[in-house]
Amino acid sequence: MPAEQPSHLLAALTSRRFLISAWPWRAAAYALTALPVLGVAALLLSPLILAWAATVSFAADGRFHLPVLVITAFLTLALGGVGTVLAAPFAALERRRLRLADPRPVEPGHRAAAGLPWLAARYGEPGAWRELLYLLLLGTVAPIVYSLLAFAAFVVAVFIVSPLLVFKDGTDLDGVADTIVLGPWQVTTPTQAIPYLLLGLALLPVLAYLTGLLAAGHAAIARRLLGRGDDAALREVARSRTRLVDAFDAERRRIERDLHDGAQHRLTSLTLQLGVARLDLPEDTPAAQALDRAHTEAKDLMVLLRDLVHGISPQTLADLGLPAALHDLADRSPLDITVTVDPGVADRYPARLENTAYFAASEALANVAKHSGATAASVRLAHQRDTLIVEVHDAGRGGADPARGTGLTGLADRVAAVGGRLLLSSPAGGPTLVRVELPCLT
Amino acid sequence: MSDLTRVVLAEDGVLLREGLSGVLARFGFTVAAAVGDGDELLAAVAAEDPELVITDIRMPPSFTDEGLRAALALRAAAPSRAVVVLSQYVQPEYAARLLDSGDGRRIGYLLKDRVVDIAEFVAALRTVVGGGTVVDPDVVRRLLQHRRDPVSELSPREREVLALLAEGHSNAAIARRLTVTEAAVGKHVGNILAKLGLPQTDDTNRRVLAVLAYLRTTR
Repeated sequence: MPAEQPSHLLAALTSRRFLISAWPWRAAAYALTALPVLGVAALLLSPLILAWAATVSFAADGRFHLPVLVITAFLTLALGGVGTVLAAPFAALERRRLRLADPRPVEPGHRAAAGLPWLAARYGEPGAWRELLYLLLLGTVAPIVYSLLAFAAFVVAVFIVSPLLVFKDGTDLDGVADTIVLGPWQVTTPTQAIPYLLLGLALLPVLAYLTGLLAAGHAAIARRLLGRGDDAALREVARSRTRLVDAFDAERRRIERDLHDGAQHRLTSLTLQLGVARLDLPEDTPAAQALDRAHTEAKDLMVLLRDLVHGISPQTLADLGLPAALHDLADRSPLDITVTVDPGVADRYPARLENTAYFAASEALANVAKHSGATAASVRLAHQRDTLIVEVHDAGRGGADPARGTGLTGLADRVAAVGGRLLLSSPAGGPTLVRVELPCLT
Repeated sequence: MSDLTRVVLAEDGVLLREGLSGVLARFGFTVAAAVGDGDELLAAVAAEDPELVITDIRMPPSFTDEGLRAALALRAAAPSRAVVVLSQYVQPEYAARLLDSGDGRRIGYLLKDRVVDIAEFVAALRTVVGGGTVVDPDVVRRLLQHRRDPVSELSPREREVLALLAEGHSNAAIARRLTVTEAAVGKHVGNILAKLGLPQTDDTNRRVLAVLAYLRTTR
C-alpha cells in the first residue's frame, strides 16, 4: 500500500522521505519570500516598537517622560484605529504565499465586500483583528526568529565554502598564509578546512529540518490567524455524517437479513406446500382451481418480496462486489443499459464506497427511467488514481434540475457524506450525464 | 424411472428443508440426509455417498456462497456426482463455475424460487441425475439480453432454440416444445452453432457447454 502523500509541510516533516521530497525546497522558498514581507512589516511598525522600547526603558529607570508617553499612546491608538485596514493587504498576500507551505485552501475569516461595508467589517469582525495580530507578530517576533535561521544558514554556508576562502586568500603572491577564523579555530590551509567542509555538508539536513520547522510553524500560525479556523469542526461534521451513513447501511443489511431468514423463507415454504397440495387434487375441481390461484398469488408475492428485499440491500453487492452488482442492476432495469467497467477497477471496495456507488447508479438510472424519456442508458465504472468514478449517461430530454425534486439532492447528500462529489450536465434537450466521484485510497 | 435415487439435501431453513424432503420422498427419491450448512453437507456426502446432492448457496456461517463452495469441492472429489445448486439470485458467474467443475455433466443451477413449481423442479432433478445439465432459464435470458455480438444476429426462433438448448433439452424435446419437426430443430441448431462459430457435435451437453462458454467469454 503506497503511503499517502503529505498534504502540507507539517505533515511532510514527520515523513521519513522529507529530505528527498520537494518539501525542503518549498520550505526554503516560503522562508525566503517571508523576508521582504516581514521586513516591510517591521519597518511599518518600527515607530511604534521604538516608542514602546523607549517607554519601557524609561520606566525601568524609574523615569517618567511625558512626550514619549504621549507619542507611545498616540501610536498605539493609531494602530488600533487603522491597523486592521493596514493588515488587510498583508493578510491577502500571506494567504497566497501560504500555498507554498500548505496548499490546502484557506478561507479568509471575514466576508468579502468592497467600499464602506468592507471598511465597517474591518472593525466589526474578529477575523480582521486576528489579521492585525498576525501583522504584529510578523513585524516583531518573526524578524528575530528568521534572523536566527539566517545566522544558522550563514554558518553552514561559511563551513562549506571555507576551503575556497582559504585557497583564494591563503596563497597570495607573497606566499604569506592568510587566516580565516571559524569560531574559536583558525584555518590557514585548504586541508585544514576540509573537516569544516564535511561538517557543513553534514549540517545541511539539519538546516533543512530547521527551515522546515520554522516555515511549518509560520504556516500553522498563518492558517490559524488568517483563516476561518473551523477546519477541525468541518472534519468532525464530515466524520459524523460518515458514521451516520455506516449506521444506515448496517441497519439495511440487518433488515434484509431478517426478511430473508423470516418472511422470505416462510413464504417459499408455504408456496411449496400449496404446490404439494395441488398435486393431490384432481384437475377441474373448484378446489383445484382455487388452489391454483392461491399458488400463483403466492408465487407473485415471492417475486414481490424478493424485489423488495433486493431494493433494501442488494445481495449481489454484498456477495460479489460493485461490477457484478452493476451488471445485475442493468439487467433488472426496464431500460436497455450498457455497463462498462474500465480496466483497473477492483472487484471489491470498502462497503461504504460500494454502497454509495451502487446507490448513485441505481438512483441515476431510476431518474433516467422516470424523467428522461430515453429508452437506453449507459453506466461506466472507472478507477483513476484515488477516485472511484460512476457515470450514468442517457440521450433523453435533459433539463434535470437539482432544485426540483429531491432525487438528485438526496444523491448529492449521500455522495458528500463519504467525501465525494456529484457532477451533473443536463442541458435542455439532453443528453444528461451524472458523474459521481468518490475518494478511495487503496 | 429414477426410483429410490439417494439424495443429500442442504438447506439452512428448517421449514423449507422439511418441505423439500417431503416432495423428494413423494417423487421417488430417498433423502439419505438433510443438513443445514456446508460442512455438514460435506460430512453427509462422505458418509452416505448419494447419487444426487441438492444444496442452497447461501448458508451459515457467512451466508454468502457456502453451498457453492461445498458443491465445487464435491465435484472436485467426485467429478460425475450429480449436483443441483439453488441460488437466491441469478448469477451467470456461479453457473459458469459449476459448469467448469468435474466433467461438466450432471449439473443443475436453479433459482431457489423454482422449487415451488414442483413438477418442473422434479423434472430438472431427473434430467441432472440422468446425465443432463440444467441452467435456470433466467440465467440464459440474462445472458442473451442487451447483447451486441453474434448472438444478436440470431433470429427470434433461433434464440428460442438456443435458450432451450442451454436448458439441456435434446433436439426431440425442443421439437415437441416448439411444435416443429426434429429436422427443423436440427437445422436451427446447425445455424446457431455456425453463427456463433462453434464446431457442431451430437452431444447435447457439449452444446450447452459450448454455448455457455461462448457467452461467458463475451460477457
